[in-house]
Amino acid sequence: MDFDLTEEQKAIQSLCREFARDEVAPRAEEMDRNEAFPYDLVRTMAELGLMGLPFPEKYGGAGGDTVSYALAVMEIAHADASTAITLAAHVSLGATPLFLFGTEEQKARYLVPLARGERLWGFGLTEPGAGSDAGATQTRAVLRDGTWIINGTKAFITNSGTEITAGTTITAVTGDGTNGRPEISNLIVPQETPGFTRSKKYRKMGWRASDTRELSFVDAAVPEENLLGVRGKGLQQFLTTLDGGRISVAALSVGLAAGAYDEALKYAKERRQFGQAISKFQAIQFKLADMLTEIEHARLMVLRAAWEKDVGRDFALTASLAKLYSGEVSRRVVNEAVQIHGGYGFMEEYPVSRFYRDQKINEIGEGTNEVQRLVIARQMGL
Amino acid sequence: MKIVVTVKLVPDTNADKRIDPGTKRLVRTGIETVLNPFDEYAIEAALQLKEKRNDGSTVTIFTMAPETGKEIVRKALAMGADDAVMLSDPKLEGSDVAGTSYAMAAALKKVGYDLLLCGTQSTDAITGEVPGMLAEYLGVPGLTYVRKLESDGELLKAQRETETGYIDVAVKPPVLISVTKSINEPRYPSLKGIMGAKKKEIKSLALSDLGLERAVGSDGAKTEVIALASPDVRGKGKVVTVADGAEGASAIVDFLKEKKLI
Ligand SMILES: Cc1cc2nc3c(=O)[nH]c(=O)nc-3n(C[C@H](O)[C@H](O)[C@H](O)COP(=O)(O)OP(=O)(O)OC[C@H]3O[C@@H](n4cnc5c(N)ncnc54)[C@H](O)[C@@H]3O)c2cc1C
Ligand SMILES: Cc1cc2nc3c(=O)[nH]c(=O)nc-3n(C[C@H](O)[C@H](O)[C@H](O)COP(=O)(O)OP(=O)(O)OC[C@H]3O[C@@H](n4cnc5c(N)ncnc54)[C@H](O)[C@@H]3O)c2cc1C
Repeated sequence: MDFDLTEEQKAIQSLCREFARDEVAPRAEEMDRNEAFPYDLVRTMAELGLMGLPFPEKYGGAGGDTVSYALAVMEIAHADASTAITLAAHVSLGATPLFLFGTEEQKARYLVPLARGERLWGFGLTEPGAGSDAGATQTRAVLRDGTWIINGTKAFITNSGTEITAGTTITAVTGDGTNGRPEISNLIVPQETPGFTRSKKYRKMGWRASDTRELSFVDAAVPEENLLGVRGKGLQQFLTTLDGGRISVAALSVGLAAGAYDEALKYAKERRQFGQAISKFQAIQFKLADMLTEIEHARLMVLRAAWEKDVGRDFALTASLAKLYSGEVSRRVVNEAVQIHGGYGFMEEYPVSRFYRDQKINEIGEGTNEVQRLVIARQMGL
Repeated sequence: MKIVVTVKLVPDTNADKRIDPGTKRLVRTGIETVLNPFDEYAIEAALQLKEKRNDGSTVTIFTMAPETGKEIVRKALAMGADDAVMLSDPKLEGSDVAGTSYAMAAALKKVGYDLLLCGTQSTDAITGEVPGMLAEYLGVPGLTYVRKLESDGELLKAQRETETGYIDVAVKPPVLISVTKSINEPRYPSLKGIMGAKKKEIKSLALSDLGLERAVGSDGAKTEVIALASPDVRGKGKVVTVADGAEGASAIVDFLKEKKLI
């Protein structure tokens, strides 16, 4: 057994740490306040090769492994969750289905500009009436004369409406199916498709600089060849995608928690009450000790899931365990980080207040804590 | 054009540092080693020159450091340099500035170069003397404190910073140039660069390859560290509480008079 990162993984980690510290962290407060999508940071991440990190070079990617990708997301989330989710959703949700299920032609056309980070892409599963129950999709697509005609609505879609978004892959009911279950397929819907529109950005509690919108399809027409993968396998394809996505959201939780912890540690050493630094109080020391213990535990789980994926093992269970645990750890950590800051932690000038708001979605997106427990129980054969 | 960049490996600039009172040397265990931040500007200048010339020019990284520094040298390769040479030998330990420059010069003669780029100073010993001494030992022109560098056919055009302005000079290689932080903004290594760096060659040189004519390391040091001390902790300043600006101004004037400064 070997817990050391490879030389290459260490180099990627230190590159992302430097980028996050020098370019992302100083901007995070302002981006959050103005709900400003960080186009220039996305451009830099593209130049560094992060936007296509795990994809092969022949598709415009950097050919990195999942461990490196998880490390990258952790480091960026340490500075800012909005930037981290923009990267994570782009790679794990936007580009991955095209990589896993696309034809060579679809990959050349759609995946390459995404892996190069020139364009962004959305993953359209959730609907107003179909969240945890993702199979309850109401969006319908009918094949008429070689054209899919799509009608319906998608909710909360990340990266779906930026100036550089090229399109979204959606789930839609494409037929009656069997056993009373509708046939669900994935369709590639480019941004310029007639009848496809995006709402204004949602006003959010956290991840405020990320781009999240509602999508509407009114007789939106795409060619028959825009079917992604096998007809009728849309839901399975998206669930497979989400297995990998959990590793990156888990990494985001760990990075965010570590960022909040570092702020709390620094503050505890500086803040003096009763004639000494508050870090001298055992009550504060124990909080910090618990925070670090839990963060390191979660970090190991995330890296284990990433490693399992890299060596070709079944990683679905570990990824769910990591996602659930790190999401809950991040909540406890941001809560105590604010507590250690006292009243100052409630003030927007202090980064912990942003970490606190940014954290909650970690327990909701890409499968809520409850759904994660369902998935884990199912894997246990219950 | 063969461009060689000299880079020093230094303890992490942000880490707390400690001197071992016995050896009077910096304690390097437990501290991460990084590229001397000043040298990243020299690497960037080299890469920009290579890209601009686009004529098959190459960039070689040179460092005198223990072999354990290989991983750090890869960062310089990941930024885009073509290959690297490391001069490593336990006998180099304890070299002073003259010894360091003498050994480096011998190695660099072996490596060969048209343009030798250095940083302005290290962040550990901070003497800023190596570039000057190196130029002397090599017998090439040494242009220090360069903040602008362009290549113009056979010539290199450099702008040197001075206390009051700048000097424009043109020079024909071979030449040594040390650059300041205002010359550029060093790039991050890209992922492609990181992945590619492991395939690039890092050549090793030892003292036995150089045929030096005098001792280096502790034995050859012409300087000796006699004592080391931390600067005194500065005492608290005098705090005067006043009602308004006028009262404050007269308090300052009184203080300066008392010190016989006005
Ligand atoms: C900022 C943001 C970005 C997002 N980005 C995307 C995106 O890019 N693409 C995308 O497709 N979706 C995206 N989502 C949607 C997200 O995945 C869903 O919000 C999430 O899956 C939960 O669905 P829901 O909101 O409909 O909640 P619901 O499913 O309505 O859940 C409400 C509550 O009921 C619980 N619950 C539901 N079913 C069960 C059950 N069987 N047993 C026990 N408890 C249950 C839930 O755990 C939850 O606590 C995003 C959401 C947000 C907020
Ligand atoms: C009195 C004295 C005693 C010392 N004793 C010891 C000792 O016992 N043990 C010890 O380890 N050190 C010792 N040092 C430090 C050592 O001599 C210097 O680190 C070394 O000579 C380089 O000088 P510098 O760091 O000041 O480099 P600077 O002159 O500040 O560096 C300028 C540039 O020179 C180049 N450069 C410098 N060093 C290297 C290198 N090694 N490889 C490649 N390029 C380089 C870089 O481009 C750098 O940007 C001592 C220094 C002094 C002044």
